Amino acid sequence: MSNAPLVTGAPRDIVGPVATPAAGSDFAARFRANSEYVVIPLIALLIAAALFAVFLMAIGKSPVDFVSYVWRGGFGTSFSLQNTLQRSAPLILTALAVAIPARIGLIMIGGEGALVLGGFASAVVAIPMLGRVPPMPTLIIMAIFAMIVGGFWVGLAGFLRYARGVNETISSLLLTYIGIAIMNFFVEGALRDLSDPNKPSTKPLGKAYMVGVIPGTEVHWGIVFGVALCIALYILMTRTTFGFAARVTGGNFRAALAQGLPVGRLIVACSAIAGACAGLAGFFEVAAIQGRANASLAAGYGFTGILVSFLARHNPLAIPVVAILFGGLVASGGLIQRRMGLPDATVLVLQGLIFVVLLTSETLYGRFSMFKPPAERDRT
Amino acid sequence: MNEPAILTVLIAMLGGAIRVSTPFMFVSLGECLTEKSGRVNLGLEGTLVLGAMVAYAFSYHTGSPWIGVLAAGVAGSALGAMHGSICGLPRVNDVAVGIAMMLFGVGVAFFFGKPYIQPEAPRLGSIPLGLWSDSASLKSALQVNPLFFIGIALAVVMAWSLRNTRWGLVVRTVGDSAAAARAMGISVNFVRLMTTTVGGFAAGVGGAFLSLSYPGSWNQGLSSGQGLMAVALVIFARWDPLRCIAAALLFGAAGAIGPSLQSIGITQGYYFFNAAPYILTLGIMIATSSAKHSARDMPGELSIAK
Repeated sequence: MSNAPLVTGAPRDIVGPVATPAAGSDFAARFRANSEYVVIPLIALLIAAALFAVFLMAIGKSPVDFVSYVWRGGFGTSFSLQNTLQRSAPLILTALAVAIPARIGLIMIGGEGALVLGGFASAVVAIPMLGRVPPMPTLIIMAIFAMIVGGFWVGLAGFLRYARGVNETISSLLLTYIGIAIMNFFVEGALRDLSDPNKPSTKPLGKAYMVGVIPGTEVHWGIVFGVALCIALYILMTRTTFGFAARVTGGNFRAALAQGLPVGRLIVACSAIAGACAGLAGFFEVAAIQGRANASLAAGYGFTGILVSFLARHNPLAIPVVAILFGGLVASGGLIQRRMGLPDATVLVLQGLIFVVLLTSETLYGRFSMFKPPAERDRT
Repeated sequence: MNEPAILTVLIAMLGGAIRVSTPFMFVSLGECLTEKSGRVNLGLEGTLVLGAMVAYAFSYHTGSPWIGVLAAGVAGSALGAMHGSICGLPRVNDVAVGIAMMLFGVGVAFFFGKPYIQPEAPRLGSIPLGLWSDSASLKSALQVNPLFFIGIALAVVMAWSLRNTRWGLVVRTVGDSAAAARAMGISVNFVRLMTTTVGGFAAGVGGAFLSLSYPGSWNQGLSSGQGLMAVALVIFARWDPLRCIAAALLFGAAGAIGPSLQSIGITQGYYFFNAAPYILTLGIMIATSSAKHSARDMPGELSIAK
């Protein structure tokens, strides 16, 4: 394993003729190596699906029905497909909130808290502007506020990690609980809209101040921003010095320190970017779906986002695909509940199962010789 | 019998600390054992919720809450064994598996727990320790559940056997240096599987307390982060079972602030006081961690505080 780069790289430079087959298969070798990252998660998905089918049969439900309802509720009709796209927008953004810190070696799971606080902050900052400032600037200010607040919240966990060595996984989840409590505190108290007797909420934005839909669809602009951010952050993490420095830090912290990289700033920056993504998800939930901030902001998108990012192997370009898959699953939850008489937690069970099997499949990497370049195969 | 308001609050906090601390105690003892062997199980939040649901269901069907407690322990050890065996495979990250197990445990508990939200199951009885007092509020504060004492006994037994038995030595060796343990012919994965399973049992029992004693019902909002806070609590207690008890009481008192103030009619800031345990946990983690060196008395193999 350790001498592999020497063997594959050297012959090409030194002896010409011998190298020809190796050079020719360069693309093939890369394809082979990368296909491992696609095939193994797919195998994990299949195994999880099989286990879930057994689970359904054990409680006397039909897995075939389940699949057909997921298809119908998530992808089959134009209505359900639009619903799916609508729900995958926050999943893309909260998955980015896990993927970016993962590149620098942090397991950050505070997306839910940043989403809730970001959404809440955007709803609050809008209140004095309603009716005085035109919608477009209001929405831009709301989005910026949501990103700043979300970025601060997760950035805090990153800062604590660097400055005090506080475990970021625990602190980011604690910050999520604190963030939800902060929102509830204000929504049920000082900032409650008393004209609405039903659910404690902030003042509604009103139709004029809502984010519109993509022309020709019912889908709001969140997914476009989500995909654009995925591409932008992919470029940032793979094609810039910032991304390179971050990946070096994630790969070997001591080496990064020894190189004099600004490790602390990199960690805080990656965490803040993550939080800003989740905060933006909160903005879209408020400004495009709910129209106000209330307890329904904490709908679990942040937690599903963790799974999406892990399944996409923290690769921003793979996130939209996986997010749409899970958006469909979340969207079909209601239909499954009504038609099959299954509790709404069914989707949670399936997600948990996929997550567990997926992490178990980590052990498979490097075990199959079909993914290795031919030269390496016979020497294991 | 008019007591000053501050006394009422303090008595309510004492009672609250005893009640609220019990699940913290069991989860942190379980996590302490697991971490002593050098592995972190972040999934105990899921174990806690599943334990609560299983205990309630078994108590409802059998009529005996103690069978419920036992069943919760068994369910918890099943989740623990799952975590332990998955993390035994090479290149699997125990923190990430913990997050997955958390989601899985909560999902399974909500799935099977739906029919048990309405019905009334028999609860665990309490030992009235306040009979000597005339104060009604002190009497109700000292209604102590037997699980509280079982938890303390468990901590004493654990502390003693970690220090003085062969098994304790094996667990500590595996936790401090897997290489040394292997050289001694100990199967590292087997020991960690065992500690995670037993730790899961304890966390399941902690969940049983939630649904069968205090708050004493099963619903989906039963636990929000207690399992996770218990993990932080173990770091604060520096991996010592006896200090876990003290830390659990402290956390219990913090968790009891909100309800105690409510008992004298202060409802302002209810959500703020509910967040007190989280803020306390975070504060303690900030105070006790350090960027320069790993935490004191930490098992050498532990990945979480490196």
